[in-house]
Amino acid sequence: MWTTIEQIFPYAIMFTIPLLITALGGLFSERSGVVNIGLEGLMVMGSFIGALTISKLQTAWPTHTVVAIWIGLLTALVAGVLFSLLHAFASVHLSANQVISGTAINMIAGAITVFLSRNITGSGNIRLTNGFQPFNVPWLSDIPIIGPLVFTKTYWTTWLILLVVLLSAFVLKKTPFGLRLRACGEYPQAAEAAGVNVRRMRYIGVMISGAFASLGGAILLVTIAGEFTGTVAGLGFLSLAALIFGQWRPLGILAATLFFGFASTFANVSQVIPALQHIPPVILQLFPYVVTLIALVIFSKSSQAPKAAGEVFDSGKR
Amino acid sequence: MRNLIISLCAVLFGLIGGAVLMAATGHDPLQGYKYLFEGGLKNSSRFGDTLATGTPLVFTGLSVAFAFRTGLFNIGAAGQMLFGGFCATVIGLNVDTARPLLLLMMIVAAMLGGAVWAFIPGLLKARFNVHEVVSTIMMNWIAYWTIYYAVPAYLKAESVETESRLLPDKATLKSAFLSDLFGGSYLNMGLYIAVIAVIVIAFIINKTTLGYELKAVGYNRHSAEYAGIRVNRSIITSMLISGALAGLGGLAQFAGNGANIQIGVLPTQGYDGIAVALLGANSPIGVLISALFFGLLYSGRGFMNAMTEIPPEIADSIIAIIIYFAATSVLMDRLITRIVSRRRASAKAGTGTGGPVSGKEKA
Repeated sequence: MWTTIEQIFPYAIMFTIPLLITALGGLFSERSGVVNIGLEGLMVMGSFIGALTISKLQTAWPTHTVVAIWIGLLTALVAGVLFSLLHAFASVHLSANQVISGTAINMIAGAITVFLSRNITGSGNIRLTNGFQPFNVPWLSDIPIIGPLVFTKTYWTTWLILLVVLLSAFVLKKTPFGLRLRACGEYPQAAEAAGVNVRRMRYIGVMISGAFASLGGAILLVTIAGEFTGTVAGLGFLSLAALIFGQWRPLGILAATLFFGFASTFANVSQVIPALQHIPPVILQLFPYVVTLIALVIFSKSSQAPKAAGEVFDSGKR
Repeated sequence: MRNLIISLCAVLFGLIGGAVLMAATGHDPLQGYKYLFEGGLKNSSRFGDTLATGTPLVFTGLSVAFAFRTGLFNIGAAGQMLFGGFCATVIGLNVDTARPLLLLMMIVAAMLGGAVWAFIPGLLKARFNVHEVVSTIMMNWIAYWTIYYAVPAYLKAESVETESRLLPDKATLKSAFLSDLFGGSYLNMGLYIAVIAVIVIAFIINKTTLGYELKAVGYNRHSAEYAGIRVNRSIITSMLISGALAGLGGLAQFAGNGANIQIGVLPTQGYDGIAVALLGANSPIGVLISALFFGLLYSGRGFMNAMTEIPPEIADSIIAIIIYFAATSVLMDRLITRIVSRRRASAKAGTGTGGPVSGKEKA
């Protein structure tokens, strides 16, 4: 049993990280007042740009595969920012329905990335020869119990993303920027009266979500998938569920994504592990979505959702 | 009129966007479009395939449009379609009876399956005010995983793990008459059902008390409530009808155009339904026309791909660009308003008389 847990833990954490950073991106967008259901599309875009950059760079410099991966992650992040501008422009400047605009983002990403990759590779898939290699954290991995669970087979991206989460929690809670951003999502008219440029804040919120979700897609690529296939299999929507289940708080999201990450990992491996064989995998796979629905019902009276999320900002409205 | 112009502009921009994509990847856009449209229209068989490809989109488009009229955003058409199609497949594979009765049972099963899947978000919205966008997304993935495990467990094909057994011919909507009429196309009776659905939904929306109440809730929930309309019941009714339509889309797809159900995919027709509804300005006739237009793009892309080097995903890209421009229709709306008012102003300056002040002129 213990060895099973030891084996599963690193996988579950690896699976959690793309969800975590994507959901965190969604948090910035929704806190600024823009609903972003385009997370799935942004992840696909990140996965595509990451795969394209990394595969080109790795063929160009076969000796610097790791550098190529980091550059690929960075390129994906920038591409995500640019791509999310489409959503920001539609929902902030053109007063478009944010859900429709987000759906358009999902459809555009899903179609155009495959269109482009087919032009490049023919099959539409871009395979990476080298992804990130996991490593054991020196000394810390020797700690009994925690060591084998948390500090073995980890990736640099895992630690980076955890740092980003803590930083985001601090920024949103304690800095003037974070307070202004949240004000734009709660009561934008009041924020504007206080001298905050609501439109600019919302642009920033959406751009951060683009950067993070796209990075999430790229991390998925270099740690788990190893190949761009034109889809991220609903992980963007799972991140959206985590955002809601985590009640729009960074640490809540951390807990929710860990929860979902473990559920999905258990479901994926349950058939080969004797202790889990009597749980039908369907229950584990359905679990995240069902608990999110239940959470929505339970929190329906006391929801922490940003009050103005999804609403078009009309500065004349009271 | 204005809706029509906006929709046509969105289509135009979508086609221009597609042309830019083709040109940017080193293909000839004119040739691409030539083969794309030829592939969907060239002969009666291809035209039949276009109609058949458009059929499920009519249902999902109607589903999204109908819910829209009540102010509900049903982006769960994909899940409702999948579950409705699954229910119909279960009946088709397990019940052996006369064909008309069997097909009727499958139609009812598909509608019930879709309606059940939409009932949950409707109930959560009416009872707990849970936003239907989020709950329908969750229901989509619940359907995805349910089918993912249910099909291999209960309906597994002999050799292929990822799809159900083939439905016997009598348990599909296949029609020798339609197929022969269109030169061997896979056009099927789904089209009849789609046309009936368009007429019925148009009737419900425009001519019945139910439709009036649902629209009233869509325009303003609070004033509808004040007028004595039971808002919560309207929300649930609207979702039920919307889900039943999407379920029929599943029937048309999995037991009409195809003959079995696959796992591991959410049918793209679900999300395309949003584009269809938007482009059709949420009117049943508009939905029918735009669904057939998308059907044309989807059915022509195979021929285009065979004749040129252009990847078939160009059709999806064009549709995605169209939906973005439909979403940002405010831009075009403003443009039209500006053009109209400028024309009025110049007409006024030309005649020099100027009509009575209506108060509507923009300063």
